[in-house]
Amino acid sequence: MKITFQKIDKHFGKVHANNNICLTIPSGMIMGILGENGAGKSTLMKILTGYYQADSGEILFDDEVVRISSPEDAVRLGVGMLHQDPLDFPPMKVIDNFLVGSKAGIFPNKAKVSKEITRLSTEFDFQINPDTYIETMTVGERQQLEILRLLWMGVKVLILDEPTTGISANQKEKLFATLVKLSEHGLTVIFVSHKLEEVEQLCGKVAVFRQGQVVGEVAPPYSTPQFVFMMFGKSVEVGEKETFCTSDPLIKLDKIGLEDYRLRLRDITLNINNGEVIGLAGMEGSGQRLFLRMLAGLIRPVSGSIVIDGTNFTGKTYPAFQKSGVAYLPASRLEEGLISGMTLTEHFVLSEVHNELFVDQKSAMELTQERINGFYIKGTPSSQIEQLSGGNQQRALLALLRKQLRLILMEHPTRGLDIESAIWIWSKMKERCKDCTSIVFTSSDLDEIIQYSDRILVFFGGSVSKPIEANKTSVEELGQLIGGKGW
Amino acid sequence: MPEEPQIRQSPAILKRSTWIDFGIRFSAVILALVFTSIILGIAKAQPLEAFGSILKGAFGSTIKFTSVVASWVPLVIATSGLLFTFTAGLWNIGMEGQIITGAVFTVGAFRFLDGTGLDPIIVILLAFIAGAMGGIFWALLPGLMKIYGGVNEIFGGLGLNFVAKTIAIWLIFGPWKRPGVASGSGTEWIDVKFRLPFLEGTNLSPVILIIAIFIVLFTAIMLKGTHFGLRLKAIGKNDKAAYLLGIPTTRYFLLAFGICGLFAGVAGAILVTSKQYSLIPDAGFGYGFLGLLVAMLVNYHAIWAPIVAIFFAALSIGNTELQYIGLNSYFAGVLQGFLVLFVVLVDGIRKRLLKKR
Repeated sequence: MKITFQKIDKHFGKVHANNNICLTIPSGMIMGILGENGAGKSTLMKILTGYYQADSGEILFDDEVVRISSPEDAVRLGVGMLHQDPLDFPPMKVIDNFLVGSKAGIFPNKAKVSKEITRLSTEFDFQINPDTYIETMTVGERQQLEILRLLWMGVKVLILDEPTTGISANQKEKLFATLVKLSEHGLTVIFVSHKLEEVEQLCGKVAVFRQGQVVGEVAPPYSTPQFVFMMFGKSVEVGEKETFCTSDPLIKLDKIGLEDYRLRLRDITLNINNGEVIGLAGMEGSGQRLFLRMLAGLIRPVSGSIVIDGTNFTGKTYPAFQKSGVAYLPASRLEEGLISGMTLTEHFVLSEVHNELFVDQKSAMELTQERINGFYIKGTPSSQIEQLSGGNQQRALLALLRKQLRLILMEHPTRGLDIESAIWIWSKMKERCKDCTSIVFTSSDLDEIIQYSDRILVFFGGSVSKPIEANKTSVEELGQLIGGKGW
Repeated sequence: MPEEPQIRQSPAILKRSTWIDFGIRFSAVILALVFTSIILGIAKAQPLEAFGSILKGAFGSTIKFTSVVASWVPLVIATSGLLFTFTAGLWNIGMEGQIITGAVFTVGAFRFLDGTGLDPIIVILLAFIAGAMGGIFWALLPGLMKIYGGVNEIFGGLGLNFVAKTIAIWLIFGPWKRPGVASGSGTEWIDVKFRLPFLEGTNLSPVILIIAIFIVLFTAIMLKGTHFGLRLKAIGKNDKAAYLLGIPTTRYFLLAFGICGLFAGVAGAILVTSKQYSLIPDAGFGYGFLGLLVAMLVNYHAIWAPIVAIFFAALSIGNTELQYIGLNSYFAGVLQGFLVLFVVLVDGIRKRLLKKR
């Protein structure tokens, strides 16, 4: 099905989210939609799927004007969207998830549906068993399931919104293969992303968005600098790799053992030096989070010892770690990092150590304004934290870090951010390394890990690799290790 | 990062939203009145006459008005305590039991100290301290059970309410029974010298009024302007994030329970020394539950607590007048109930509308 957007306009208050968008997506094509955060990609997709109504403009399917005034309309017209977070029901079985969203009547034919799931699953080389419970599946598998479900519902247009966030390299390969196959079957695939590499690898045509407008459509062969220039209106340089790693150790881990209900890591011995950056690579849930939380004192190792700056911290709790200059930035910003319903100012007051009784409102406001300017947070001191965009929340989280820190632990520090913001955040972090602060972070972006780490630990299937020198490895090598090859 | 902030809310908009807020709350009051009127209509009563007689019952004479104030005191103290736990995100359903325990400890102190020859003022002071300790003790229990036993404070508090009441009944019919015959009407009265004196021609003790005003101010200042209040709020909104920010959440949970229990105990002591003069099975008079309603209505804004509490106190005192127009005095409870329901409902709708926009 060919999709044509004609002069789509959408305002949110003063923000012009979509400005006169004209775009044609041919049938059987994987179309890339590229742009930084807030460029208007998601808005257009939400208009296409009926979540928003355009202020003006028309959408044509195969040259016929269609009205999409609700998500239900979109489904009826054959438009399906794979959301960033899987829209499924974890305590239910795969087959029940299929049936929930379908008009199968009161007594659905389970056997038939089950057979169809298996058929679709084999066709695309997925391993999905209709009787598995969703909660036992990985994010990647749930994504495969959602694709199957959409196909089964008979979609003709498949929209994917940043689909590679949180899935493994292996699953990504499979996803891409599937998308190619689907487009060969005549499906129209719309691939929304801000990751240049993926778009270049996959898409037959790419539309670049900037500030609510389509700034251009590009066909292969692609050139990365050209994309960057189109996305940002200027060239962005990643910059030289910097290192401030010293040779005197800050933290000594000796034969650390970590456990949770499904994972067991043994004998991790490692020195983390002052000013060093250590990147943790691996599939989601391979123990990186356990490792980070152990370094923050949030979980206790089951064996081994942690020594920070000559003092034994084994068995101590988070407040003791925090006091000695350890900070932890969790991945789930609004669940663990920030407090919905409180303002930026309140956050900054809370993050500092205060021994006096009364809050000094004036100096709190000043401090907040200073941080807002220093970290380019788009908001005011009295903005509630949940009103900020994801990128600004991330910046706020970083701005909350206290001044003198010895060790910063970060989960996915740049997830969901565009390249420019990510580079900026890392420049801020590297400034701290210059002052001898060490950093340990997780990321699913191997380029990020190689670019910013001094050494890398790979987590796979309950083991942790020996530290790998970042400038002696490559994305390919790490990718293999993450997938369990080359151990 | 060259772009500069562009989302700046103008103060005019902020002010307007405060007024919208106020309007929304006010509409809830109107709705509650309308629905109570409908119920009154079903009961074949004149709504205006009923509301009028409640007003008359509450403010019709000096003695009536001072009775309202005397009832306002324990209510506003209970509400103040609950604002601490509310702010920390805790549902201290056990307030009623904490007031009862406060009363039990107060009466116990009087029984123990009576006849020791101590100055009555010292004895009263010690009895108040005992009551406060009792309240703190009973409030820390659900707190400790929550923190160390994983028992939701709602269930813990509910259970402890029954236990407190049962202990009071056991004392009344057992160890502390009146000489001769045990009676559900309570233990023997405390000596006249231990009763707080009333203002001339009223049944309001100035002492308790001063205590209440002090507690209200203390609460408003602590919750609004201090680091303690801000941290409590942070814990209430997201205790995981608060912990990661460096707030000792366990200690603050217990502090919130402790302060709430302290106020409950004081309320219990006030009820003993200025109202009942003895331990009765219903020693909390329902102020713990009523306080929950008031705390919910004021929605964390301590400033509003005294005003809403006076309204509720007026309803509870004024309702006795209803029997003169042939209505049961429980009708005031209908209005109180509707009020809470509509405020919560209207608030929910407002949030929904805001989200849509």
